[in-house]
Amino acid sequence: MLYFSRAKTFGILLLCGLGILLSLPNLAARPGFWPSVLPWNQVHLGLDLSGGSYLLLQIDTKAIQTQDLNALVDQTRQTLRQAQLGYTGLHADPANDQVLLHPLDGQAPQALAALKKLATYTPSSSSPSVTVTQAADGSIAIAVPHATQAARNSQAVDQAITIIQRRIDGSGVLNPSIARQGADQIVVQLPGISDPDRVKTLIGTTAHMTFQMVDSAAAPSTVAPPGDELLPMTGNPGQKLAVYSTVAVDGANLENAQASTDPQTGQWVVNFTLNSIGAREFADTTTANVGKLFAIVLDGKIIEAPVIREPITGGSGQISGSFTAQSATDLALLLRAGALPAPLNIVEEQSVGPELGADAIRNGALALGAGFVFVLAFMAVFYGLFGWFANIALVMNLVLMLAILSVMGATLTLPGMAGILLTLGMAVDANVLINERVREEVKNGRKPLAALEAGYKRAYGTIIDSNVTTLLAHITLFIFGSPPVRGFAVTICAGIITTIFTATVLVRLITSRWYISRRPATLPV
Amino acid sequence: MFYRPMFRFVPDGTKIRFMNGRFAGLIISAVLSTASILLFFYPGLNLGLDFRGGVVLQVETPQTADFPALRAALSAAGLKDAALQSFGAGHNGVLISLESRDSAAQTQTAITEAQTALAQAAPGSKILSTQAIGASVSHQLFTQGLEALGLSFVMILAYIWFRFEWQFAVGAVATLVLDTTKTIGFMVLTRIPFDLVTIAAILTIIGYSTNDKVVVYDRVRENLRKYKTLPLRELIDLSINETLNRTLGTSGTVFLAALPLALFGGAALSGFAWIMLFGIVVGTSSSIFIAAPILLFLGEHRLRRSATPPKVKTT
Repeated sequence: MLYFSRAKTFGILLLCGLGILLSLPNLAARPGFWPSVLPWNQVHLGLDLSGGSYLLLQIDTKAIQTQDLNALVDQTRQTLRQAQLGYTGLHADPANDQVLLHPLDGQAPQALAALKKLATYTPSSSSPSVTVTQAADGSIAIAVPHATQAARNSQAVDQAITIIQRRIDGSGVLNPSIARQGADQIVVQLPGISDPDRVKTLIGTTAHMTFQMVDSAAAPSTVAPPGDELLPMTGNPGQKLAVYSTVAVDGANLENAQASTDPQTGQWVVNFTLNSIGAREFADTTTANVGKLFAIVLDGKIIEAPVIREPITGGSGQISGSFTAQSATDLALLLRAGALPAPLNIVEEQSVGPELGADAIRNGALALGAGFVFVLAFMAVFYGLFGWFANIALVMNLVLMLAILSVMGATLTLPGMAGILLTLGMAVDANVLINERVREEVKNGRKPLAALEAGYKRAYGTIIDSNVTTLLAHITLFIFGSPPVRGFAVTICAGIITTIFTATVLVRLITSRWYISRRPATLPV
Repeated sequence: MFYRPMFRFVPDGTKIRFMNGRFAGLIISAVLSTASILLFFYPGLNLGLDFRGGVVLQVETPQTADFPALRAALSAAGLKDAALQSFGAGHNGVLISLESRDSAAQTQTAITEAQTALAQAAPGSKILSTQAIGASVSHQLFTQGLEALGLSFVMILAYIWFRFEWQFAVGAVATLVLDTTKTIGFMVLTRIPFDLVTIAAILTIIGYSTNDKVVVYDRVRENLRKYKTLPLRELIDLSINETLNRTLGTSGTVFLAALPLALFGGAALSGFAWIMLFGIVVGTSSSIFIAAPILLFLGEHRLRRSATPPKVKTT
């Protein structure tokens, strides 16, 4: 009990010192002399404390499926046309994730053979991208296997994360956190922003831009002529224009976009440059259609449809809707960052303004402080000197927990702090157990040293059993729980481990130092 | 206070015959837990936003909030399901809650509509916070949480079985289940919303309660080795009495830590803290009046095979 080797003492103090160092970043700014190899992590404040936005986005997997099936229909058509084979009833069947067609009589084997070439193999998986089968009634089904679809969705989520990252970085929000959650969800956390609506628009816009020719021959009606589509104008959704469905130039060929003011009109515009492919397509289209209307379409809405006055061969152009400084800047940002692979839906949102935080923090901090003082006072009243030893350990426990949470970069909310306070309240259990045991041993007539020895030894088994049971329960919660529960379980697990260290090892070291220096005749129990 | 302890809960050598109340304890507990389960089905938990889905806007109006005007404006904007509630100390705080919408896009439209209606009915109001959660997400969180909780009970069962005897394991987990159901009943009665924060409180309570049971059981196990012939009933009473100061000490500390949170912690903390306070009382008393009697019933002739307990005197 009394004997601590030099190395052990040093180890314990080193661990405490390390805990203090690692929790420092929460109290002060990073000093200049701090070596860059050492971490300077701090606990993140939750939305309820810092204000800001939390968005849970879900990628529209249905839209991806529709896009892919439509592309597959096009591929099928081209393949059969090249092979000069006839067919009827070519259509997508989204319910079964497949494309169906009827080959002409007698051409089924050739059609099957040609279509089997549609399947591609990726290095990462052994199964083909599509499977081609013929049913009993002679129809051919080109099915997209589940694995292919899942891989596509996963790829789309990755793309979306990259694009959201670019959009948010461009919007000037500091310290965003963007992470994948599950198969098709993305969590975006934006601390400290005051205008969540702008970021929501930035994230939620697909930003797929196309240039399409206006069909000037089409009569104004509610039904689009074949080969055309009716699209609403952004500024006036009631007014619709018929444009050719064929895309003249795709926005994917954009190289750059910048907002600026038109020197002549003083209005806000977006200037864009196309890459070489886009520039050639743009030049061809504008050369062939001088004098006609040319629609600039964003996510199914026409921003503007100017007249082509002369061929544009330089690969750059200008969009001049009725923009404000903000909307022009944002559109330029969206175009630069690229289009999302599929629409994203906001399934969960939490935004907290800066005003709310201050009040909640003050009340919460006062209550938490009072709770902590109560715990310290309780130990002092009930256990005297040994209670104070436990209180030193308790403060160290708080420091160590903060250090662990900082290193993990955990997010701390007000309820999370309450959880930590209660964990500390329960942490004193270990010292209560030890002190009660020591007292029992004194009552049984043991001398101070023997009572301390026996008390610690006996209480130790109880402390381990009760803490390990709780630890195991929370490890299970961590493995099988949903993300919010996991975060909580981690905090509790960290608390249990630091408690075992401070309440047994650290208090024992303090008690032994005290005993050696004082050699008391009786113990204060 | 600085050197000697000033105060103790119970004097040394206290001998309360807790096991005399074993039937009363079990019956009261069974009644309360059954009532809680009934309450769970009717009227049911006050599901928080996390599990119900929907939208909540926290708004601060420049003057005293005019509820009829706000209600009319929201209703005119097509938000017939909008529920209004005041919050905070002053008269300017309004909580606007909307029910869950069918799709995420509709939810976002509803939020915009509410914001517009608000700007018209009470110009200059500030939206302090917005929270929107889809119904599908909440369902997934709920089932996953319940499964994880069940598995963690199995883990507790396995560990206590391994370290003690099966009677201890069954006693502890049965008591934990009873404690948890009572906490649910308490939440139904107090209408504290059931959300992720209160789930955290329930988990903390389960941790605390487990700890408490293991401490009492640990002493029973030790005394089983120490007093080879003492009847189990007296042995359990002895063990509870011996650990009574520690039981009251620890639960008192945690209770004191949670009390200021419940009284002054504000909306964010008080639900959490009230559940903790309730759970501490239930968890502490159940160690004595539920977990111990279950152990007594299960272990009467098994844990004490070597010695025949003396007959209880009849008068």
